[in-house]
Amino acid sequence: MAGKEIDAPTGIETTGHSWDGIKELNNPLPRWWLTVFYISIVWSFAYWIFMPSWPGISGHLKGTRNHSERANVERAVADLESMRADQMKRLLTVGSVSEIESDPDLQLFALTAGKSIFGDNCATCHGAGGQGNVGYPNLADDDWLWGGTLSDIQTTIHYGIRSDHPEARINQMMGYGETGALSGDQISDVVEHVMTISGRDADAAAAARGAEVFAVQCVSCHGPDGKGMKALGAPNLTDGIWLYGGERQDIQKSLYFGRSGVMPAWTGRLSEEQMTALAVYVHSLGGGE
Amino acid sequence: MLDRHDILEKRGLLLTVAILVVVSIGGIIEIAPLFYLESTIERVQGVRPYSPLELAGRNVYVREGCYTCHSQMIRPLRDEVERYGHYSLAAESMYDHPFQWGSKRTGPDLARVGGKYSDAWHVEHMIDPRALVPESVMPPYKFLASSIIDPDDAPEWLKANRAVGVPYTDEMIENAAADLKTQHDPFAADFDNFVARYPKAHVRDFDGNPGAITEMDALISYLQVLGTMVDFSVYEPEENYR
Repeated sequence: MAGKEIDAPTGIETTGHSWDGIKELNNPLPRWWLTVFYISIVWSFAYWIFMPSWPGISGHLKGTRNHSERANVERAVADLESMRADQMKRLLTVGSVSEIESDPDLQLFALTAGKSIFGDNCATCHGAGGQGNVGYPNLADDDWLWGGTLSDIQTTIHYGIRSDHPEARINQMMGYGETGALSGDQISDVVEHVMTISGRDADAAAAARGAEVFAVQCVSCHGPDGKGMKALGAPNLTDGIWLYGGERQDIQKSLYFGRSGVMPAWTGRLSEEQMTALAVYVHSLGGGE
Repeated sequence: MLDRHDILEKRGLLLTVAILVVVSIGGIIEIAPLFYLESTIERVQGVRPYSPLELAGRNVYVREGCYTCHSQMIRPLRDEVERYGHYSLAAESMYDHPFQWGSKRTGPDLARVGGKYSDAWHVEHMIDPRALVPESVMPPYKFLASSIIDPDDAPEWLKANRAVGVPYTDEMIENAAADLKTQHDPFAADFDNFVARYPKAHVRDFDGNPGAITEMDALISYLQVLGTMVDFSVYEPEENYR
């Protein structure tokens, strides 16, 4: 290129390129931009030295800092665990609620940890406040299907209910209509009986017939008075608290099709310590025994 | 030299070739090693191809675009590992074509949702998400429960996946339609062979309607196996630090 050519209308130097008589103005990139660009090139050399970078034949350049995302997260989790270690260890050895209550620090720790574990894992079914839903028991009241002591709650969390864990809590509310064990009329009679023992208006004659069926089919789990049995997870039918609804048609449906809700086992997904904290939290929600 | 760039710029074909050369240098260095480096193709115990029913569920998952709101990728970050469990391994999605890692979490990550909730919960939640989670913005997928799956389609899904590298055997393809039915029925005659072909597969009626194999069955069977194939109590992350 011979000499600089200035474009007359704009007063800007041209690059000297000409295509079909059209010339290109030479507007260079801003100085600051170029500077940053060159600095980032220099920086990349530094990065190669310190951080993992170039791939090779049998591995990659590891860099002097030995950086590893996996090692980092492991370290971060280990730090977190060592921060919690003292309290967690004590949680493992407590056996009763009074033991935890006598140590306000530990209690606060368990409740805080338990609340966050509950939010992540349990609230989806049992509700954000443990208030439950149709088919998912209310954990904030004092009515417990399988028992509401700390160790009962722990057992339920550990093994679940009708889960695939070998030690799961299992009972069977069979479908009396579906299996043909009871006729439609008999089921209707039992519904009337259940309405009666739960303190509501019912057809007395049908209820009396239903009581006879109840005495044969239902007492082994729900007890002669229908008050249920915690050892079997059989609900109390007299208290006005209904897992699957307490209207006539709900009870009818329960009798006809049976009920077999599943709670997963949390062993494996949660640690022992986490499950203890969770049990303490659930116990505190309202009606722990 | 710098004055001669018009040699390249004025010859379209030459410029194209030169661009290809430059781009492939970057490509070879960045991409090719992923295919042979030990640390990038970590193999782990337990990951198997999806069973026909799970694959049908995966097809529903892809079709409905679940990945637009749910990721399947637990990143190696402390808070994620605390909430969702062990970070995801590349090998866990090795048989996913296409992978469902996702990039947005309107809903929670699903990489380890398997076993976390009951089948009944999944059914109710698909039918009406807000009945169980009042603050949810997930749309209802009630129609899945009445959308029947034709088992005879199953061999084709397996063949399509085999074409892109999933190691389905001839035996698996041959039995695909039967396996799809077997996974829905714990009393099926071929139960043992099915479980041998697809270890750890859950065999049951998933949607509470034993009379029909629906897309709801398929989707839940897929969700219930997500993240459960690798046994992390015997997994050694140190072997593959990166």
